This record gives sequence, structure tokens and C-alpha cells, in this order.
Amino acid sequence: MKARIQNIRSLSATIKHITLAPDAEDSFPAGAAGAFILLEIPGPGRVWKNAYSLVSGAGRRQYEIIVRRVAQSRGGSAWLHDHAEPGQLLEISGPANLFPIARAAQKHLLLSAGIGITPFLSYLPVLQRQNAAFELHHCCKLDEQEVFRPLLPKAPNITLHGSRNSLDLMTLLSAQKLNTHLYVCGPEAFMDVTIAAAKRIGWPDAKIHEESFGGATGGASFIVKLARSAMELHVAEDQTLLEALEDAGLAPPRMCRGGACGVCELPVLGGLPDHHDHYLSAAARAAGKSIMTCVSRAKTPELVLDF
Amino acid sequence: MNITLKPTETFRGDFSTRNSDAAILRFPFPFPEDVYMYAVNIEPHVPGGPTEAFTAAFDIDEHYIGECHDRALTLIDDPARCQVLPHMMEAEWDTLELLMESLAKDYPTLFTLTKDGDIWRWQNHPLGIDQTFSFGQPETLPYPPFEYITRQVQGDFTIQDHRDNNLYMDGGMVTSQADWSLNFDLGMSFHEWHGPVPVAHELGVFDRALAYLLRLQYGKPVRRLNWTLTVNPRLDTSPENYPLWGPDKATITPENIREKMCLRVELQTLTRLPRSNAILFGIRGYLIRLEELVRVKKYAKRMHRVLRDLHPEIVEYKGMPRYRQMIIDYLAPFDDGEILSSGTQPDQTSL
Repeated sequence: MKARIQNIRSLSATIKHITLAPDAEDSFPAGAAGAFILLEIPGPGRVWKNAYSLVSGAGRRQYEIIVRRVAQSRGGSAWLHDHAEPGQLLEISGPANLFPIARAAQKHLLLSAGIGITPFLSYLPVLQRQNAAFELHHCCKLDEQEVFRPLLPKAPNITLHGSRNSLDLMTLLSAQKLNTHLYVCGPEAFMDVTIAAAKRIGWPDAKIHEESFGGATGGASFIVKLARSAMELHVAEDQTLLEALEDAGLAPPRMCRGGACGVCELPVLGGLPDHHDHYLSAAARAAGKSIMTCVSRAKTPELVLDF
Repeated sequence: MNITLKPTETFRGDFSTRNSDAAILRFPFPFPEDVYMYAVNIEPHVPGGPTEAFTAAFDIDEHYIGECHDRALTLIDDPARCQVLPHMMEAEWDTLELLMESLAKDYPTLFTLTKDGDIWRWQNHPLGIDQTFSFGQPETLPYPPFEYITRQVQGDFTIQDHRDNNLYMDGGMVTSQADWSLNFDLGMSFHEWHGPVPVAHELGVFDRALAYLLRLQYGKPVRRLNWTLTVNPRLDTSPENYPLWGPDKATITPENIREKMCLRVELQTLTRLPRSNAILFGIRGYLIRLEELVRVKKYAKRMHRVLRDLHPEIVEYKGMPRYRQMIIDYLAPFDDGEILSSGTQPDQTSL
């Protein structure tokens, strides 16, 4: 669907707050705490699809996102920082949510670093409205404290740390009562350290939630050779193998597009599949003789399929 | 869509309900091939399909008024047919919003939704309802939001909470079920409520289906068909009321089977709800008497082949042993052995 850039506000030299409004309809589909949208960002020769968390709650009149300019950005965030202007139209996806609030939790422990604060900005009004027990610890670089401070409500259970070292992770995680849920969002190293610490002291997997955009952003590009169709196709980073086959005018078998139904299975003649489906057994995956084209990709630069 | 709603119809007592020619041609026939076996037969729920029943997000047909009336009768006798656990209030509003917006969009002559901020006005013209309420404030509606709206939509609904990498049936409106009980299943996890289904567990169907549904995305609903056989076009074949309908099975004879035996198809839809992240499961049931079904030549032939070759455990689970052979005997003369087209479209435009 189309969205119009309504407002752009600089929070710092590298962080912008962007408000989007519906173009044709009078309201967007409802967003939710933890949801993200995909923005299609024009670039030279191609379109980037980037995922951004919604930072405001369930409002339908507008979507708000916060975008950090990624160092060495080839497209995407650099375009939003350098070229985006109010009034421009962008294609966006409806909201999806892979990081929802766990309703059954008795307490929520939110840990974020850097731009990883964004999903929690949508959590805060919901948790406060529900009078839920929660704690938020946000870590950032010392010189970015004043960027993040205005985004966070002043409350005893919300703490801003001017460095990752001022957060005593082990003490904090050890002190939590049973049925506390942990939510982690931030740079990969921060997430890895935090989740490893929680697991080491016995947090169950079901109570650890990490923000990830799943398969929504694709993966590395590769070449697929089709033995029977005598074709060679390029599968782009933001494209699924199935989409590449369809875009080439072929009609491969497919149904659920989520790696569950098994319909799109094709035999592999060469190369190593990178399985992301839920259909093949562990043994079938290891054998590497077939692939579910809707979600799986390639570990090798080339894949040869019997199709 | 041009629909003429039948003003009065019964799905109990004298069973006055009948399918018009149009209803027969739009029936969601469940067998794409001559042989039936369980599979994860899920596909995106996009407008359009083999018949007109697949056009709307939530299908309304000529039986709308009679089915809503039958639901109200069932709820008078047994209010526990509608139950929602307290933590699902957000999902209740999500459901109300989704159903009202979908119905008003797909059937503008039947339903009107007007919004002024959080003040909503809902007009249900066939049922003569005109209700103004505040979205998010349950006390402004005569029933809790989930019950309020599902009393006005055909088919059963359950809401599944998504937590701990599983789905839990934490609410529902179930008055037209094929012999299962919300009161019994409430709070169960995905594998628990599917416990009684034979064969499919061993095939891994439920593991794959759960993994798929946990990834179900907002704005991308999916659907599947399920089927069984029911004696008489009775909506409420619940375990609670087994004494009322169980004995009907013994009334089937070769003479009355054409009229009494019904194919019951569920057009099941699964929709991710936005704020609660719960999943709304719609179980939209359709009933068709054998004598109505056989008016579509392809359906008569395929139904004959499917029942003739059906896996014995499925025959048992669907409660068919007593009358399966009678159905096969009734259908056999319609089947000339012709090779049928794949898929479930009727292959004819009139009867």
C-alpha cells in the first residue's frame, strides 16, 4: 500500500524520526506493540526493502518509525536520510509482528541497546496502560544519551545507561522472579551476550524473546540452474527462490509460501540447499536432495534443480 | 455480490432449509481429486476460488438469517457455547473490528459501519440492528465485543492466543460444530485439541501446521477446507446435545438417504489479529443434501469415488460405518467412470 511521508524530524546527525500517513485510504491497518513494516526505498537500479519497527502504538492515522543511518549504507537508510522529504510517496507493507508482548507474563524485562530501543517505544504505552510490571534498561553510547533521553518517559522502572558496562546483566537477570519474560533488541553482539547470559543462569527459551525480522528480508543472492527448463536465474537478496521462478514465467508447484505444506518441494541435483522450512525431516535436510523453494535458499553460489 | 436472503428457515425440528440452485453452484466442494487423504491443505485466503463462496473474507449466503436465529436459540439453552478467557479482551476487539470492517466492505447493502473517532455506528440491515458504541469500551455494547459480533456472522469462531511457541484455544463462539466441544477444549494447546484426529498425527501434519500458523502474518489470512457427513441439515451437532441428534443416524434408510444425508463442509479461515497478535479461526459451515449435491454431475461422481476408497480409520473417525455403503449405493448410478477435471470447480454454470 502507498504511504506519504508526513514529517521528518532529526533526533541527531544519524537518527531521524519519520511519520507516514495513508495516501488513499483514511487509515492504515492497526499496528501493534512490537510490529514492523517493510518500506520500499528507491535506489539506483533496484528497490530496497527495509524493515522498521513501529515506534507508536495502535494508531491507524499514522505510522512512526525511527531510522538510523547505517554506516556504508548502499541504499535504504542513506536514502531516507539524504533524499526523503515530506510529501513523497513510498510503497509499504502492512504491519507484521514477530516480537509481540507476552500477555501471560507477570513481569516484562526489556533490554535494548542503541537503535534497538524502537520496538520498546511501542511497548511502553501498552504496558503502562495495562499497569503491567516491567523494567526497561536502555544502553547507548555516552554521547547519544541526550538523543534517547527525550524518547523515554521519566519513571523509576526505566533506566538509561550511558554505556553497556553500567548495566550489571548477571545481577539483573538473576534477580527476576519466575514468569518474568525477557525481551532483547539491539546490535547482534548485545543480543548474543544478553541471551547467552540468560540461558547460562537457566532462563527457559519460551521466556526469552528477541527481535528478528525472520525471513522477511531474504538472504544472500545466488544462481539457480534449472535442468529440465534449461534456464539459469539470479535469485536476488530480497527475493525468494520461488519468486525468482515465478518472475521467469514458470509455474512451479506452490501453495502455503511458508515452508509448511510441502507442495513446492523440488529435487536438488547440485549445490547445497540452505533449509528454512518446517516440512523436511532432519534426515531429509541433511541429505540435501530436495528443497522447499518458498523459504529456502542456497549455501553454495549455485544450486541445480530438477525442474 | 447479489444475494437474496431467505427470511425464515430452520436447522432443527422440521429442517425446512433448502439450497437454491445458486447456493448449490457456489457450494465449496472439498475434493480436488478422486482420493482423499489428510494433508496440510492450507492456501492463502485471497478473494476468488473455485466457487463464489471464496469471494469474501467472511462469506454471507442465503441462509444468513436462519443461521443467526439458530445460534441465538442454542445460546439460550447453553450460554457456555460462547466463552472467552479474560486475557483475550484485546483479541475480542480485534475480532469485532475485523468482522465489521470486512462485512461492511464486502456487503455494503447488508451492513454499514460509520466511525467518528472511537464512536462507531453499526447497522445490520437484515437483522434490524442499529448500534452506536465506543470502540474499546465493552460496557457500551449489549454483549461482550466477541459475542456481540459473532452472534451476527455465519459460522463458528475460536480465538487462539499465541504464546510459548504454541497456540491456545482461549475463546470461542461454537454453536454449529461437528461434534466437538468448546467447553471441553477451552484453554487447550494446538496438539491437545487435535488429539482425537486419527492418522494425521503420525503423518506429522499437526507439527507442520502449527509451525506454519505460528508464522501467520497480519494481512495474509489463509484457508482450508474440512468435511464430514451429518444426518439432517442440523447446525448444532454438539457433544452436549448428542441425545438430540445421535439417534438420527439410526433413521437412515436407502429410501431417505438422498434427502437426509448431508455433506458438511467447513471453509476454515485463519487470520492474524493486529493488536493482540492472536489468531482468529473461522469455521464457516455449509450443509448440502445428497440429492442437492448430485445435481452437479462432477460432484456426484467424485463423491462416489472418494467414499468408496476412503481410508478405514477416517471412515471410523467421521462416524460413517453405519451408512457409508448406503451412500455409495445411492451415488454409484451417477458415476459413469468418466475422467474428472482436477480441482473443485463445478464445471457447469446451471443445473
